Amino acid sequence: MNLAYLKPTKEKINTFLLLGSIFVIFAFFDILTNTFLNRNITGFLPQTISFFTPLILGYIGFYLIRIEFSGNRFLDKLNKNINSSNFNAFLTLLILFIIIKAISPLINWLILDANFVGSSKDDCTGNGACWVFIKVWFNRLMYGLYPDVEQWRVNSAFILLFTLVGIAFFVPQKIKKYFIIFLLFVYPFIGIKLLSGGSFGLVYVETAAWGGLSLTFIISAFAILFCFPIGVFLALGRRSSLPAIRYISIGFIELWRGVPLITVLFMAAVMFPMFLPDGTFIDKLIRVLIAITLFEAAYMAEVVRGGLQALPKGQYEAAKSLGMGYWRMNILIILPQALKLVIPGIANTLLALVKDTPLIFVVGLMELAGMIGLAKTNPKWLGMAMEGYVFAGLVFWVICYAMSRYSQNLEKKLSTER
Amino acid sequence: MGKIIELKKVNKWFDKFQVLKDINLEVAPQEKIVICGPSGSGKSTLIRCINRLEEHQEGNIVVDGVELSESTKNIEKIRAEVGMVFQQFNLFPHLSILDNCSLAPIWVKKLPKKEAEEIAMKNLTRVQIDDQAHKFPGQLSGGQQQRAAIARALCMEPKIMLFDEPTSALDPEMIKEVLDVMVDLAKGGMTMIVVTHEMGFAKEVADYMIFMDEGKIVERAKTKEFFENPKSDRTKLFLSQIL
Repeated sequence: MNLAYLKPTKEKINTFLLLGSIFVIFAFFDILTNTFLNRNITGFLPQTISFFTPLILGYIGFYLIRIEFSGNRFLDKLNKNINSSNFNAFLTLLILFIIIKAISPLINWLILDANFVGSSKDDCTGNGACWVFIKVWFNRLMYGLYPDVEQWRVNSAFILLFTLVGIAFFVPQKIKKYFIIFLLFVYPFIGIKLLSGGSFGLVYVETAAWGGLSLTFIISAFAILFCFPIGVFLALGRRSSLPAIRYISIGFIELWRGVPLITVLFMAAVMFPMFLPDGTFIDKLIRVLIAITLFEAAYMAEVVRGGLQALPKGQYEAAKSLGMGYWRMNILIILPQALKLVIPGIANTLLALVKDTPLIFVVGLMELAGMIGLAKTNPKWLGMAMEGYVFAGLVFWVICYAMSRYSQNLEKKLSTER
Repeated sequence: MGKIIELKKVNKWFDKFQVLKDINLEVAPQEKIVICGPSGSGKSTLIRCINRLEEHQEGNIVVDGVELSESTKNIEKIRAEVGMVFQQFNLFPHLSILDNCSLAPIWVKKLPKKEAEEIAMKNLTRVQIDDQAHKFPGQLSGGQQQRAAIARALCMEPKIMLFDEPTSALDPEMIKEVLDVMVDLAKGGMTMIVVTHEMGFAKEVADYMIFMDEGKIVERAKTKEFFENPKSDRTKLFLSQIL
């Protein structure tokens, strides 16, 4: 009888809502003061019970506000999504409390206790992160060992690139294709010339000095640019009716897919020069670029093949019946559809490519993560690994998230007809 | 009268299963031929051999004076002259109806874009879906899609049209709109080979009927004679089942 009286009903909604809210608010008040103010307001209770008070109180509060069809849209939504049963209420509270507990030290380390001012390790007196490290090394993390006075060249190369890409997004369709052709076929040469120099009055800067985030961008951009078309050709080759082309494609794909990237890079840098005739020299960066490109192209090929296989046979037959040959059929009919189908897979491969770039440390090239590895071993800056890698992680995340968003937009834009 | 399609002793196997047995067939320009028969009798395979979507292993197929053989150039030339309409429409879903129609004229026949689009609009008007020209195939009903597919084939200005069960995948109320277009086309003098079970359509337009069973042409007769006085027992049985 008493229990029935305690059951939340719509008739007594105001009472239950008030009671329940008090419990929930108190539970959150308790956990927040506990975590952020270091004050235990339930300290008078035995330790175990005191520790679990927020959970118990929140649980009771959630039970009291679980009123079906209350008529209040916000309450109904809340109940449906995070408070639909006793177990779900418990899970909701538990997860929220764990997040609150975990965020506090994280914020402390990242911001509240962190050090931002200064110029050496000794200036980091707090308990938190020493962002001075990143500040002091920032130049190196961006440009590697590129000479300070020449860094404007890296800047202008990237500013030019981003400006061109930016403009290409907004110009009308007709002019757009010229921008894209320029970006794909002309800009790379301008960019490389600007960076390496050696003519036009620019001082020569060897590729071994390139590094940092700019090198991450350079390697990613070139590898993406080349691995995509090679992958498409390999995918088509693997489905070719000509046995020679088919077996070469299969062999290529399976060979590169079966070897770890780190091995491939090592071979490209160390073993490959041994097979070259004396006196010939191919730049280390170029060798590494080729290795990464071919490696990722093998993955790309399999992703694209998935799309090719997903298309109904009728599409091929319709294209053929209109008199289209192999290339016209693939370029006009098959690839536009197949590539659209596998945009998520392509994005996946390209993200993996960007995140694989740190592996070039095995051949002595230092992109962002590599430069951090170098900086943290500097005797004046020992013990800064955490700050460095958190920073690198953040930068990589921003790059990859941007790519991921772009691929999602592209998918949405191209799917109008379905 | 000269023949536009000639098949002589055509044999075809899928692995060890023989799908076409000693097929002989001649079609004169502007003739309309309807092929019928039970499923698995090789009707579709036969017309797919005419534009070489299927390869035959023995015999000769001559289309518009060109022998179909391994030579890719020949095949593409023939395919550009032979329009085909499929059971499953096979429109290109990533292109608008107008682009579906103008794509092949632009890229295969090398027509200027403007001219190709004029031809496309003319043919879309002919099949009465000019108002849908800028939609995508997925937004059209089955009957409209099939009419668009017919228009797409017509845009190549083919000498011959092949229809592979064009109404089999359609809802009953949409069959008529497609058949009307085909009747109109037949009256315009197009050479047509149609695989269909629509006997009303066959009676209306066909010059000759062909009945196939187990990979063989069992009976070939003038339409009137075929329906009123079929010679073979197999044909009689088939007609009694479907009429």
